[in-house]
Amino acid sequence: MNTRQNDPEQERRTIHLKVNDKDYALAIGDTVGAVAPSDTLAHTLRETLGLTGTKISCDQGSCGACTVIMNGKSILSCMTLTIECDGARIITIEGLADPATGQLHPLQQAFVDNSAFQCGFCTPGILMSTKALVDQNPHPTRDAIQHALSGHFCRCISHYEVVDAVCQATTTEGDHD
Amino acid sequence: MTNGYRYIGKDTARKDARDIVTGKARFFDDIKIPGMLYGKVKRSPHAHANITRIDTDRARCMPGVRAVLTHTDIPRWEWGMPKHIPILDSKVRFVGDAVALVAADTPDIAEAALDLINVEYEPLPAVYDVEAAMQIDTSPIYAQFAHNTYPDEPPSFEPEMLGHIRIGDVQKGFDEADFTIEDTCGYEIFPNPLPPEPPGFIATWETPDCLTVYTPSQSIAQVRLIGIPFIGMADIRAISTQCGGSYGTKNANLTPMGYAAVLAKATGKPVKVYFTKEEHFHSYSLRLGSRVRARVGIKKDGTLSAISGVWMVNTGSGSESGPLQIAVGLGEVQLVLRCANWDLKGKLVCTNRSPSGIVRGYGGQELESSILPIIGRAMEKAGINPVDFFKKNSVKPGNGYFWREGKWWTYRGIDFNTAIDKGAATFGWKEKWKGWGKPTAIHGNKRIGVGVGVHSNADVGEDSSEATVKLTADGRAVVYCCVSEAGLGQRSSLCKMAAEVLDLPLERVTLSPPDTQLNPFELGLVGSRGTYAVGSAVIAAAEDARKKLLEIAAHRFKSTADQLETENGKIYMVGRPDKKLAWHRIMGVYHSVTGEGRFEPDYSLCNFLMTFVEVEVDTETGQVVLTRMVNATDAGQVIAPKVLEGQLHGAFGSAGLDTALFEETVLDETSGRMLNGNMVDYKWRTFADLPDVKNVILETPMPSHRFKAVGVGEIATSPGPSAVLMAVYNAIGTRIASYPVTATKILNALGKR
Repeated sequence: MNTRQNDPEQERRTIHLKVNDKDYALAIGDTVGAVAPSDTLAHTLRETLGLTGTKISCDQGSCGACTVIMNGKSILSCMTLTIECDGARIITIEGLADPATGQLHPLQQAFVDNSAFQCGFCTPGILMSTKALVDQNPHPTRDAIQHALSGHFCRCISHYEVVDAVCQATTTEGDHD
Repeated sequence: MTNGYRYIGKDTARKDARDIVTGKARFFDDIKIPGMLYGKVKRSPHAHANITRIDTDRARCMPGVRAVLTHTDIPRWEWGMPKHIPILDSKVRFVGDAVALVAADTPDIAEAALDLINVEYEPLPAVYDVEAAMQIDTSPIYAQFAHNTYPDEPPSFEPEMLGHIRIGDVQKGFDEADFTIEDTCGYEIFPNPLPPEPPGFIATWETPDCLTVYTPSQSIAQVRLIGIPFIGMADIRAISTQCGGSYGTKNANLTPMGYAAVLAKATGKPVKVYFTKEEHFHSYSLRLGSRVRARVGIKKDGTLSAISGVWMVNTGSGSESGPLQIAVGLGEVQLVLRCANWDLKGKLVCTNRSPSGIVRGYGGQELESSILPIIGRAMEKAGINPVDFFKKNSVKPGNGYFWREGKWWTYRGIDFNTAIDKGAATFGWKEKWKGWGKPTAIHGNKRIGVGVGVHSNADVGEDSSEATVKLTADGRAVVYCCVSEAGLGQRSSLCKMAAEVLDLPLERVTLSPPDTQLNPFELGLVGSRGTYAVGSAVIAAAEDARKKLLEIAAHRFKSTADQLETENGKIYMVGRPDKKLAWHRIMGVYHSVTGEGRFEPDYSLCNFLMTFVEVEVDTETGQVVLTRMVNATDAGQVIAPKVLEGQLHGAFGSAGLDTALFEETVLDETSGRMLNGNMVDYKWRTFADLPDVKNVILETPMPSHRFKAVGVGEIATSPGPSAVLMAVYNAIGTRIASYPVTATKILNALGKR
């Protein structure tokens, strides 16, 4: 915050992100570690911040693999330019488990218990959409779960196990935050 | 059913489950090698053309570009079956074929450099239809394949190969038939199995004679096995990353490896080639096209008396493993259509479509989806219920068949009719089946129809596997077996088998990384061989290690090995569990004990799956909706219940059942371009559209290995397409003989357009 007041020009050329509760200040530009104007958020998360849990599959906003939560909403990080995200609070798959204890989020645990994945490439994106859903609606119906995940491509067909897992995680007692 | 097992048949979390749900699992694009460059491919806009000039000067001069290669800069390495697919050539054979390669410091620079390469072409006539391609007698797509037809030569690893089923005397069989049907049916939609993770390779030359590659693979040993002859017999160390879906396509497609290997050679650096989704659609393996022209003789009681004809297989611009897929398909069809007289010949033909290759179903799905609708017409003539027909004509203990290597095998497994009966009862077949061409029910505009399809495969004991199991003094076991994880859960299931044999906690059993340098030979998770073939090698290695350990312990206990047991890393005499000695007390902390296991091919066991489907056809809109599916199988013994359920749910995806409903690649034949090569226009099943599904899985002990199991995962996709076609016919009373059953085709069939 102090830097912002001290050097407004530099601040204008800096993107501030809070990713999984960690603050990042990234310069805008073409240098290593900077954010180029054409960089997508998916690219920045993976290549600049090393958070490779977010997956890129189609890279054109039609498969859901790159889904992260930004300011409480699930978004497609491959269709979001990082320079548009200044000040955003982002949660990625790496931020879902308890950072102190490593304990899995109840949704993650339900996915493990239900084998709610096969190849697992689409799983991080599905989990982030699911997290956004249960944050809004802690006890969704099967229909609501299916609707919320309808933009996610899962080619192995783990759909049934995923819906079961979300139901299981949301009908038992527990805190989904 | 527990059968007293500690792990077999019980749900345990997959070993990589935590990594998958936390994002820690390392897929291909998560790997970085220091100094790595990025390779990109300049691609052809023409379906068939000679390259008359390539100007790469501007691209070479671009800052950050490290190499630009054309066909004149690289060795003539070829792969495919037989070897014919070059890395780059003086001609292009499909829209999206490779013309030049660039390696650069960043993907963006490499991409930009592609635009600076100027190419001049001399367009040639292109052909997409399998029979039209066979008519061409001048200028074939490959100079060595006259009439665009591949030679009937077996590959080096298989001295003989089944390319033609010849059994009995078809003329006699037709004479004995009560009804004869002659028809042509195609399964020619070239769907993309479309794993979410595109294909890719990182290649780095450790020495001029040794290439290391990293790739997301379903069967990493195959990359070394077929890669070595491809790259001029240099050594290959192949390492698999976590694989984001394969469905067959990441077994043996060496195209991206070729690009990465020559760019790495030219630059002296590791080079990564990772296809975009667009390249994945246009320039990577699709499902083979299949067309069957057949004559079928049937008796009134449903006995097939003769099948003759030709099976034309359209591989597009390259045959990844076409002859072997024909061999396996011809083997499989005998398992579901028992017939005394056969004369069915496979023909492999190239066209100017995108290349096709290995996809779940591996020839069998393509053949069955083409021939079963013709057989259905014969069943209708004979007035026989298809469930009764398949109960009569599917493989039974004592039946024989030719398998892919041309040898005659006799099935020694269990009878699957119990599974068929259970499936039929669960589905309610008896109540729903109203006869051929007759709907189950009519509700206003909606007509309900049911259908059934089958698949059986003797590949459960396919090819060879080797494994070793190392017991360490601290009471742990490492299984060394070259198995990658592409979603099948097999790495975990193999650990369960070893843990069961060794009576160790599952968390104390691990599997070596999928790296050809570290492991003995293991062909890979092709077909459904994981449970029986690979499992047998792992079980044998674990048993061998256990035996060796107990033999060492026998000295300590002054007993014989067979009087000893091991449990949780401790050994005791039978009847004296109070006196236990930990493994380190037996073997000493500076030692380990290693057992070896091997599996040799055995084609005398089969798996089986019958899929029952119910569809609802809207006669106003033409829309077909799948409302219900029941899969019925007998796995002998389930190893991992939820994993198996998941694989059977996979029936829809990866170019499976949905190829009958809405999946296809659409080709513009005037330009040779695929019109729907992206994830919006290519249709796939979403979470919003989940039919009612039930899997009926019986466990009748199978004479395979110690756990009496056979694999069944691969075949989930295969019975569905022909079942849907049958169900739609029954719903509307008019036969549609092509896939998929689009609304347009339905309305045409109903005379509404």
